[in-house]
Amino acid sequence: MVHRKTGALALMAALLMSTSAIAQDKRVVTWNADYDPIPLAAAEAMIADFEAANPEIDVQITNFDHEAYKNAIRNFLTADPPDLANWYAANRMRPFVEAGLFADISDLWASEGLTDALASSLPSMTIDGKQWGIPYTYYQWGIYFNRDAYAAAGIEAPGEAGVTWEQFLANCETFKAAGIDCLTTSSLEQWPVAGVFDYLSLRTNGYQFHSDLAAGKISWTSPEARAVFAEFAKLQPYVSEGHAAIKWQDAAALLVQGKAAHFVMGNFAVGVFKEGGMTNDNLGFMVFPEITAGVARAEEAPTDTTHLTSGAKNPDDAKKFLAYMASAEAQTKWNAAVGQLPTNKNASVDAADPFLSAGFEALSTATGGIAQFWDRDADAEYAKAGMDAFQQFLVQPDQLEAILERLEQTRLRLYPQ
Amino acid sequence: MANASDMATAAPARQAARQLNQRTLAPWLFLAPGMFMFALYVLWPIAQSITLSFYDWDGLYNQDGAFTGTFVGMGNYAELMADPAFETSLWNNLKWLILYMAALPIGLLIAIFLNQTVRGIRLYKSLFFFPFVISQVVVGLMFAWFYAPNFGLFYLLTEWMTGKGTAVLADPDLVTYGIIAAGLWPQVAYVMILYLTGLNNVAPDQIEAARLDGAKGWRMLWYVVLPQLRPATFIAVIVTVIGALRSFDLVSIMTKGGPFGESRVLSYYMFEKALGEYGFRMGYGAAIAVVLFAIMMIFISGFIWKMWRDETER
Repeated sequence: MVHRKTGALALMAALLMSTSAIAQDKRVVTWNADYDPIPLAAAEAMIADFEAANPEIDVQITNFDHEAYKNAIRNFLTADPPDLANWYAANRMRPFVEAGLFADISDLWASEGLTDALASSLPSMTIDGKQWGIPYTYYQWGIYFNRDAYAAAGIEAPGEAGVTWEQFLANCETFKAAGIDCLTTSSLEQWPVAGVFDYLSLRTNGYQFHSDLAAGKISWTSPEARAVFAEFAKLQPYVSEGHAAIKWQDAAALLVQGKAAHFVMGNFAVGVFKEGGMTNDNLGFMVFPEITAGVARAEEAPTDTTHLTSGAKNPDDAKKFLAYMASAEAQTKWNAAVGQLPTNKNASVDAADPFLSAGFEALSTATGGIAQFWDRDADAEYAKAGMDAFQQFLVQPDQLEAILERLEQTRLRLYPQ
Repeated sequence: MANASDMATAAPARQAARQLNQRTLAPWLFLAPGMFMFALYVLWPIAQSITLSFYDWDGLYNQDGAFTGTFVGMGNYAELMADPAFETSLWNNLKWLILYMAALPIGLLIAIFLNQTVRGIRLYKSLFFFPFVISQVVVGLMFAWFYAPNFGLFYLLTEWMTGKGTAVLADPDLVTYGIIAAGLWPQVAYVMILYLTGLNNVAPDQIEAARLDGAKGWRMLWYVVLPQLRPATFIAVIVTVIGALRSFDLVSIMTKGGPFGESRVLSYYMFEKALGEYGFRMGYGAAIAVVLFAIMMIFISGFIWKMWRDETER
């Protein structure tokens, strides 16, 4: 049945392609993507630049709805593979790599000098010593805060250097007294809470711990893991109540309205804050405060990637396009349009955007390493169990023992020792 | 089929055989399209699901289109038995089943209330029926806003009454009840319509006779009206049981099974494991589906048995 469907789809695709091929007589590269309007426009501009330099190649982008794409990719990679497909780095791409659906492009990394230019993303793009895609953008995570809320509570807003963890918690106490949620978050979509946990874990025990924890190498009942939850417990009383019932956009609204002071988020949220009426004057950004002194600072920066598929019909031209995507020039332009950070170290960011410059600064000085995110570093099922646990801990901190016990059982089942 | 000249020369024996053929073959011929569809879209997927539940498979075919799963026997079922999330889902399904039954008395009450001839009664009837017409997704969204912390009506109401707002969907103990309440809204409307049509068929002479004998109020309802509403009640029970067991859209829209999986039901857990963002364990999802199917089979075969008994007794 699958084969028959493949045949029908291939026939349809062939018909579609033949008509366009007759019209233009160019070599076609197909690219499946899941862009929102702004990134889509940026991608189309990138294609236009590429086609201007390579007039004999025609890059055709098929854009999917973001959520639908997550299911669609599983079908089209087998049934009707495009030449290029968007996805994510680290463990997220592992199933497709292991099923042999993404192509090894280590040769491209070597010939284009990408191991050097994209050095910060090399670990997250490498599985079994080979590279499986091109990272073209990432964005920093950190604490976004409302300066007006600080003023309302009568606290001096953090400066360039941020605040210490003790000071942060002390401020939270003051905020609470003033009737302002110190930290807002959403656990309806559980990932924002995973971001908070990741930072507590990175700051308490460092990058290697985060990585090992996500890989199932560390026991949840170990003293190190308990230490992370101990810090989490200090923060717990100051988190917005009802976080389990609101979307992250609603949590963002709390920050915009000054009902909450901080939000641990990715830089993509700046657009939402600004739509809500915040400006560079009252929206602040700082890196998550240091908790254990001397732990090298690591940051979260989830990376978006494009991959050459194993079933690509025109791999040579597709690789040419990937090489262009990896270039400093293309990444500078794409990321400037979207408001994210280029992964190519020779690319530049818009100095006028305080959040981008702060993020670029934070990531380029992160000596501890760049983490992808809990749900991209950990295997899917393990990630979900973890996020359930983080959310439960925020609601029922007294259930810590039961939560850790269950997580540990899940770990032992998924990663038999 | 045979043509006219055949018929003219046909021997009586052959004619009898043809009649027999017509009697035995024709029903099957007429049934064939339906049976084909049923086999293709119902029986075959069921068989496939059951087969799949013995495999561990992430939903991917490899580059050559070959199946990549591995056979694990009863492994998925063994894991289910020890899975606390599965247990939670099962209990929640039970809560749904029991509380959903409240739709019957409430629906009946409203139907009796609306079963009168007043000016504009059609308008009132359609207003009461309205929640059933709108999509479950919309119902879920409306109730999610209703319960929403900080700005939801219900939240503000509890805040005004107790001084502290209750965010129903964020509370692990209340969340399932909150969703069931949302589900009851359209379900009551559905049951109400079933009873309203049933009430149309209640024999007026029996009511009249009962009234002459002095029956009224509850006794009239219990001994005279309700027995005549039996067929409507039967259908109402069926649709309510099925509605409770297949509750998926509301859970998905309102909480995504959260907080920390406390509002999951079997159908949602199946989706989460098989097709959710962190799932793609097709075999495990199929095992949950098989369990849900088994539970539904208990009810469905009960209903079928009752229908069969009613028809043969007649």
